[in-house]
Amino acid sequence: MRLMIALLALILSAPAFGQSALPPAPWADRQIPDPAQEKEARDLMLTIRCLTCQSQSIADSNASMAGDMRSQIRERIMAGEEPEHIRRWLIERYGDWVSYEPTGDPILWPLWAAPAVLLALGALLLRGRLKRRTR
Amino acid sequence: MIAEFGLAALWLAAALALLQLGLAIGGLKGGRPELQAAIRPVAVVQGALTAMAFIALITLFMRSDMSVLLVATNSHSMKPWLYKFAGTWGNHEGSMLLWVTVMGVAGAAVALFERALRRDTHMATLGAQAAISLGFYAFLLFSSNPFARIDPPAPDGQGLNPLLQDPGLAFHPPTLYFGYVGLSVAFSFAVGALLTRQVDAAFARAMRPWVLGAWVLLTLGITAGSYWAYYELGWGGWWFWDPVENASLMPWLAATALLHSATVLATRDALRAWTVMLAVVAFSMSMVGTFLVRSGILTSVHAFAVDPERGSFILALLGIYIGGALALFGWRVGTVREGAPFELVSRETMLVINNLLLSVILGLVLIGTLYPLMTEAFGHKVSVGPPYFDRIAGPIALALMIAMAVGPMIRWRRDNASAVARRSMAPALVGLSVLAVVAVTSWGRIGILPFLGLVIALTVAVASIAPLWGRKPLRTPLFTWGMVIAHLGCAVSLGGMAADSAFTVEKLVAARPGETIETAGWRLRFDKILPVAGDNWTALQADMRVSRGGGAPVAIHPQSRFFTSPPTTTTEAALLTRWDGQLYVVLGQEADAGRWQMRIWWKPFVTCIWLGGTMIALGGLLALIGRERRGWTLKWRARRATAA
Repeated sequence: MRLMIALLALILSAPAFGQSALPPAPWADRQIPDPAQEKEARDLMLTIRCLTCQSQSIADSNASMAGDMRSQIRERIMAGEEPEHIRRWLIERYGDWVSYEPTGDPILWPLWAAPAVLLALGALLLRGRLKRRTR
Repeated sequence: MIAEFGLAALWLAAALALLQLGLAIGGLKGGRPELQAAIRPVAVVQGALTAMAFIALITLFMRSDMSVLLVATNSHSMKPWLYKFAGTWGNHEGSMLLWVTVMGVAGAAVALFERALRRDTHMATLGAQAAISLGFYAFLLFSSNPFARIDPPAPDGQGLNPLLQDPGLAFHPPTLYFGYVGLSVAFSFAVGALLTRQVDAAFARAMRPWVLGAWVLLTLGITAGSYWAYYELGWGGWWFWDPVENASLMPWLAATALLHSATVLATRDALRAWTVMLAVVAFSMSMVGTFLVRSGILTSVHAFAVDPERGSFILALLGIYIGGALALFGWRVGTVREGAPFELVSRETMLVINNLLLSVILGLVLIGTLYPLMTEAFGHKVSVGPPYFDRIAGPIALALMIAMAVGPMIRWRRDNASAVARRSMAPALVGLSVLAVVAVTSWGRIGILPFLGLVIALTVAVASIAPLWGRKPLRTPLFTWGMVIAHLGCAVSLGGMAADSAFTVEKLVAARPGETIETAGWRLRFDKILPVAGDNWTALQADMRVSRGGGAPVAIHPQSRFFTSPPTTTTEAALLTRWDGQLYVVLGQEADAGRWQMRIWWKPFVTCIWLGGTMIALGGLLALIGRERRGWTLKWRARRATAA
């Protein structure tokens, strides 16, 4: 099922391919020589959403736009920029949607509270059952 | 004629479903024996008709009948026969026909083979199954008719999505659907039992094999889908927390919880209301998943043949069935007697913890999947993806693994805490030594979750075999073997996931023919690049020879394929499997004059992920056979006795 969607993404990104007859971005599929920097870049890429695909990060997308963004990230990391700074820059450009890593936005607080709430609810239920069952 | 035949069979099946529902209502009200006698054959014929309609659609695809709209828009006469065949369900209408076919066939199977259930509950179950089917018949016939004709016929079809042109298409969707939709049987059992107020151990024993069967197929379907995405998408990822994947994971989580709670109900007559609730939830999750995928509500940018009308149709069905079942639950739950009490230190408690954790994960996946939708309603677009799910569901899943390891070592009813401690001593010691070894060898080099994953996987692997200690292998019941293999499969799978995320080596290069690339102990010699052609594609292929540690070179051939109908490029990764991992090589675009981009990964023990998934399914199958065999043997003996 995922494949259908990936393909759709490919089809839909085809016009973008057509428009940019430019050569692929230099660092789209080229690793930074320094492994530590490459790891930083890769960890960041894994949390940035590909804007022309369906539910894929730019770290694993064939879309040309994802390639451009990978290249940008690698160049900025090599220039010594902090990953979080690059993320903020990307969010400014493309909106919160671009980051899979949830931001500190209050609208996301319930999302982070969800596990605690669900676990507490479950524990409460369980405690009630066990209590009733002890003589 | 074939299309008309298929459509007629579908209408007839819908009419029989209506009749089946009527018979069930009449039979439950008046208890008239002739109605009770009629419902089984009606359900069987209904199932047979849906199967015939489905075979008719397969025939149309195999013949490339371009006067049928669905074939013309989704197939092509030049496709290899396997993809004509499997392309039947590679589209919206075909997959919905597969859905109703599975529902019909599952209903027929319940009518034919279910003998343990009380008669009135059985009838109510068949009535409920018919009621759900009716909604989906209506959906198919009124808004997604797969047999619609076009005049004049198209000269040729538009072709099937090339990413789907893979043997995976023949296997993954049908198994997934049989599991996904097979859960409707559990839903119908729950509704039936609520209607006749028969929520007891006998009901759980009758329902369990059906849940197990659906769960085995669902497990296989998810495993196959994950491996397919892994090798086809060409980036080495195997799970993306995509809404579509979550849609298949949620029913699986609910069904896994249901399996375990049904065992508590069958063995100890406890957790009655909870088990019924889970049975309702499991198939509800299947329906929610279908809604999310088919309505396109989560895919605001890209739509999969999305039609708002279809979305609202499924939403209405969702509301009716889930709402109806929950209302029935709320109405009848008061009459479900409280089950048998249980002690704190007991197998029951561990299974309750299993259920609790699985439900929490299910809740989190559901919330995470729906959350972007809710914020969008407030005009705020956010993404919830792998960073959230990994961090949130990961630790809970690890806790669940520990519970899974300890649970089978605790006795039913009541156990002694110090005895449990004694029994879990050996696995605990193993766990500590594994912890020490992994910590010494890779501390600081790998993330905390992969680290914990490795330690827990190895410990749980040892602990999961513990129930076999001191037993004679041949005298151990088959279902115990099933449990051990399934639990071991969880550990194997977790180990694969952790090893993949901790130790994968990635190499991106632009190489010229004649060059040799070295990574992770492998030498990859890039010999040449050459064009090759298939039935409906042409490709550029890299001929490479790879070797490790001075071993004999092995030839591998990653390809970049071009399809013309529709025009698409796909990557065919070359995979080389070794006992300790997989080498994954992808041929990319031409970088500059004469140099080709390549993506190379060495993924240690990654295959354990799917090996574990297969073991889980195998364990389920053994448990199913083990539980059922007793019934068959008894029946066979009885038959022989009467014959003699």
